[in-house]
Amino acid sequence: MQVGIGLPNAIPGTTGATLLEWARRADAGPFSTLGVLDRLRYDSADPFVVLAAAAAVTERIGLATTIAIGPLRRGAVLAKQAVSVHALAPGRVTVGLAVGARPDDYESAEAEYGTRGAVLSRELSYLRGPFESAGIGPAATFGEGGIPLLIGGAGPAALTRMARYADGYVHGGGPPRAFGSAAVKARAAWHDLDRPGDPALWGQGYVALADADRGREYLLDYYAFTGPFAVRIAASALTDAAAVRDFVRGYAAEGCDELILFPTTDDPDEVDRLAEILS
Amino acid sequence: MRVAVIGGGPAGLYAAILLRKVGHEVLVFERNAPDATFGWGVVFSEETLGGLRDADPPTHLRISDSFARWSTVDIRFRERLIRSRGHVFSAIARKRLLAILQERALELGAQLRFGTEVDGSAELDADLVVAADGANSRIRTRPGFGAAIRSQGGKYVWFGTDLVLDAFTFSFRETEHGLFQAHAYPFDERRSTWIVECAEPVWQRAGLDRPDETANIAFCEELFEADLSGHRLLSNRSQWLDFPRVRCASWHQGNTVLLGDAAHTAHFSIGSGTKLAMEDAIELATALQRHGTDLDAALTEYESVRRPVVERFQQAAADSADYFLRTARYRRFEPVQFAFNLLTRSGRITHANLTQRDPHLVRELDAWFGLGGGGIELPPPGALAPPPMFAPLPVAGLRLANRIVVEAADEATAPERARAGAGLVLLGPAAIDDAGRVSPRTPVLDKVNWAAVAAKVREAGSRLGVRVTHAGARGATRPPSAGVDVPLPPSRSWPLLAASPIPYTPFSRVPEQMTDADMARVRASFAEAATRLAVSEVDLLELDMSDGRLLAGFLSPLTNRRTDRWGRDRSAYPLSVLDAVRAAWPADRPLSVRLTVADRSPGGLDEDQGVRLAGLVREHGADLVHVRAGHSVAESRVDYRRGHLTGLSDRVRAEAGVPTLVGGYLTTPDEVNTAVGAGRADLCVLSSVAGHTPVVTA
Repeated sequence: MQVGIGLPNAIPGTTGATLLEWARRADAGPFSTLGVLDRLRYDSADPFVVLAAAAAVTERIGLATTIAIGPLRRGAVLAKQAVSVHALAPGRVTVGLAVGARPDDYESAEAEYGTRGAVLSRELSYLRGPFESAGIGPAATFGEGGIPLLIGGAGPAALTRMARYADGYVHGGGPPRAFGSAAVKARAAWHDLDRPGDPALWGQGYVALADADRGREYLLDYYAFTGPFAVRIAASALTDAAAVRDFVRGYAAEGCDELILFPTTDDPDEVDRLAEILS
Repeated sequence: MRVAVIGGGPAGLYAAILLRKVGHEVLVFERNAPDATFGWGVVFSEETLGGLRDADPPTHLRISDSFARWSTVDIRFRERLIRSRGHVFSAIARKRLLAILQERALELGAQLRFGTEVDGSAELDADLVVAADGANSRIRTRPGFGAAIRSQGGKYVWFGTDLVLDAFTFSFRETEHGLFQAHAYPFDERRSTWIVECAEPVWQRAGLDRPDETANIAFCEELFEADLSGHRLLSNRSQWLDFPRVRCASWHQGNTVLLGDAAHTAHFSIGSGTKLAMEDAIELATALQRHGTDLDAALTEYESVRRPVVERFQQAAADSADYFLRTARYRRFEPVQFAFNLLTRSGRITHANLTQRDPHLVRELDAWFGLGGGGIELPPPGALAPPPMFAPLPVAGLRLANRIVVEAADEATAPERARAGAGLVLLGPAAIDDAGRVSPRTPVLDKVNWAAVAAKVREAGSRLGVRVTHAGARGATRPPSAGVDVPLPPSRSWPLLAASPIPYTPFSRVPEQMTDADMARVRASFAEAATRLAVSEVDLLELDMSDGRLLAGFLSPLTNRRTDRWGRDRSAYPLSVLDAVRAAWPADRPLSVRLTVADRSPGGLDEDQGVRLAGLVREHGADLVHVRAGHSVAESRVDYRRGHLTGLSDRVRAEAGVPTLVGGYLTTPDEVNTAVGAGRADLCVLSSVAGHTPVVTA
């Protein structure tokens, strides 16, 4: 299993300078990938814009949306953003897509919430089909050796979508056991659609190493839309080396291929702290 | 904190005890008198008892002192008694349990107010309202809880009896109206619980819909006369009931929290309702202690810790309720298999862990399965046989060495897969012609040296089956390594055929609606394929009527919009193809039909229709049905889990009376032994699992 680190693009007040510094340090560290999150109605930066900036100051590290909310963007625009980042960092981009869980984002984007699943399927169908001859550059393809596609979401429809169009599954977060049971479902879907081999399996978690209280406060705020479940998410943040190591071991044991650990503060020293724990 | 508890059942009283212990003020409202109770005995597991011991030792001690304990399950079926040992059960009279909890609650200083009805929690002057008012909770009807209630399983009535059983007893009795069953267990030194259950139509035919308590008892006493051996059934306002399955979107709103049956129920046949209720109380008390005055955080934690546990039990309970609703379909089973099927019904007991609990019963099952060949004859006492997955399967003149099937995508990989030890290598899909290919890599019938492949597979000790398909609306796509239903670029694509011109995904090529001439030609090609495979000594042919491909496209109302005779009778064309293939394929070689039994999509084929279809397919000469679900349209909703098709296979096999082959992500020998041994399938596709390679080349 490889371990990546999230960029603080969804942490309010993060400056451009911090994002670039963060990306440089991660590129120099033991991390496989830089992950970004997506939220419209929040003090957060656009995932593709942030990945483009990170692409410009890094050499080797992977760049992934885990996840971007597909239906908020028209398929062609989504594709344009992704292939643009890919042009800046060839071979380093992974696009994770899902429908998200936030009706207010859809409201702001004037996107229909009720049909979000069907819209995401249509976008994926577009990315894997008509996009290739649509004349939208810089030239790149999605899936099958092109830009890898990951799908998130828990229901049967999401898993079928994943197995049909994508290269793997990205889990929404939780203890290793929850990841493990989602992984079984993802593999079952993959086999059910006669895909050879197994899907790539990505997991995510939150760390708050230097200032646990500030980290939890951020999670309470970011996940306020879930109501009281924000408490649960905040409580699960990994706040010390032992917790991080247990979490990493747990995910590896459940067959995770790539685990992205997201920050909860914009302190770039968190990159070094995490690097030290993982080395 | 001042806590108001609504409901003086086990959940409410146990919550009162645990909350009072840590110093909260507790007031319990119960609408009935202290000694009024419904039901007879309740069951506990050892695991629950551990939790009770840690939460409040005095209650645990008093409860366990009052227990009836036993370790045997008796299954009475078709004049046989099957005894399974090694299980652990405890039960207690519900009345005794309530008395213990009331006494302990009072000891700790909780106030109990009996004969007091509380309708809404608004008027209660309390910091926390614990709604433990049961399956018919009134508190829960307030907005926000999102309660969904529907009846689950059959009709049932809850009696007591003065017969003291020494085992958890299931008794099945056939009547002119249909099958009845009793779930019975002892709960103290004088009495046992005796629940009678049957499917609703049986209940109606037997005239039990009259609210005549005396006649009800007389009917049930006569029915189970042999089991009761002269003892009486006792009524306690015993009525025939529907079991309400309760689920709630939220278990807490503001300062009100749902506990036990008010929040969730689990069908009585897994005997877990009281256990779950009392464990809820333990978790509620723990969460409140951890979060102090932050009530919202505590209630959220309570719900998020309990919900996954409860949902697992509700899934097992749903499977179990469904099982007992449909026991009549197993009426021709040999008792030892019937018993194994019953014991493994909810997935919590498997062949492997029953071997640990009761090696003798499993040995008996294996011997009957392996030596009796599935007949009525029991093997001699002490007979030995390998587990069910290694029992040979005779099917239409072919003898497969075991119950394992492995799939191979093409002729190059088939011989290697054969060496893995499976009884059958199922190669496919292979297209009847170029136009019927799924992708450019799909093997085409007349371009493969089938005789050579079949010889290599047999040489490796296995047998070769070939799945023959026409991709229909799902054709002209890239190979599955690249994704599924990803269309080829127009320059490399080819025209598609389907029942109706409906593209499979938003940007799939639109198929042409088949004309009568197309249909005749395709039917002839399928028959020609069968002849070619027969001449090449292929052992088994599988006709593809699944997964939204050409023939399946006719069967589903979602993809067949024709108004001609092939639309009015959707199975007519696929069955005519089956007839043509059957005629071309040797009678002494098995013909399998890979069939979508349920569309898993709104407006599509449901399970009942699919099971009837399986029956038709059998009548038209299929020796085997390969059970599939979903994928008639791209946006179908298959509930993925391990063995997600086994339940459907069970229905097809028992109700359509046809042997089945099933996949559905079975990855371990134990899953195969359980499914095959219990008679839920005859053959299983064993999936390979990535990342689990215990032995590697150093």
